Amino acid sequence: MIITRRVEFSSSHMCSLPGLSAEENRRLYGEGANPNGHGHNYVLEVSLEGEPDPITGMIVDLKDLKQWMNEEVVEPFDHRHLNYEVKPFDKIVPTAENVALEIWRRLEPRTAGTRAKLHTVRLWETNDLYVEVTA
Amino acid sequence: MIKLTRRYPFSASHRLHSPAFTPERNAELYGKCNNPHGHGHNYTVEVTVAGPVDEITGRVANLSTLDALVRERVIQAFDHRNMNEDIAEFRELVPTTENVAEVVRRRLLSGWPDDFARLDRVRIFETRNNIFEIGNI
Repeated sequence: MIITRRVEFSSSHMCSLPGLSAEENRRLYGEGANPNGHGHNYVLEVSLEGEPDPITGMIVDLKDLKQWMNEEVVEPFDHRHLNYEVKPFDKIVPTAENVALEIWRRLEPRTAGTRAKLHTVRLWETNDLYVEVTA
Repeated sequence: MIKLTRRYPFSASHRLHSPAFTPERNAELYGKCNNPHGHGHNYTVEVTVAGPVDEITGRVANLSTLDALVRERVIQAFDHRNMNEDIAEFRELVPTTENVAEVVRRRLLSGWPDDFARLDRVRIFETRNNIFEIGNI
C-alpha cells in the first residue's frame, strides 16, 4: 500500500552554470537563468510504501511523516533562496530534478526502522512542470 | 533515474462517429458526443520523459527543446482545430481521446531526437475528470 502526503513551500532560485555566458545559460535554462533569481510555490508529494501494522492499522503515523517533511524540507527550504541558503545548491544547480533528488536524500534515512519505505518524491515546480524520483 | 513531466493545454473540437455503424448505432454508442455539429474540450497533454540527470546541468532534458518538440509536432496542429476535419489521422480514425493519445504518441516518437531523454508516458486530460494514458513507451 502507498500513502502520500502533500506540503507546499515557497522558495527562490536561479539556474545557471558559472562557466557559461549569460546567453548560453539562457539557452540551457530559459527564463530560469535570470541572474536575479525568481521563485515558485513548490508542491511536494511524498509517497511511502508498506503494509499496515495489524494492530494500529497504520503504515506509518502520518504525524511522523509530516514532521520529517517539515524538518528536512519545509523548515530549511521555505522562504529561502535555494542557491544561497540551502546546501548543496551552493555547488549544484537547483533545477527541479536536483531539488527532488536532494529531498529524496534527506527523507530516505528517516524511514529507517519503520514499516515504510520511501516510494516516490514528486515535486511540482509549477502547475505545468513536475519531476518524480523513485527508488 | 528521474522522470520529468510537462503539461501543455490545447483546445479543439471533435465528433465521435464511425462510418462502420448506422446513425442509430452511432447515437447509441457515442451519446452526446455523436452530435453532428461536434463539440469541444480544453485538453491538456502531459508528456513525461525519463533518464539520468546530467551531472553538470542538473537536468533530465532541456525544457526549451522539449517544449519546441511538443508544440511543433502536437500543439500547433491540434490547438483551435476541428480534429475530424483538420487532423489527417482522424479522416480514418474516430477522435476518441484514446485515439488522440495514440496519435500524439506517434507524432512525438516520429521526430524524437536520439540524444534526448526517453519518452516515457503520454497522458491526455479530455476534461478534468476524463484521463487517458499510454505508459511505458
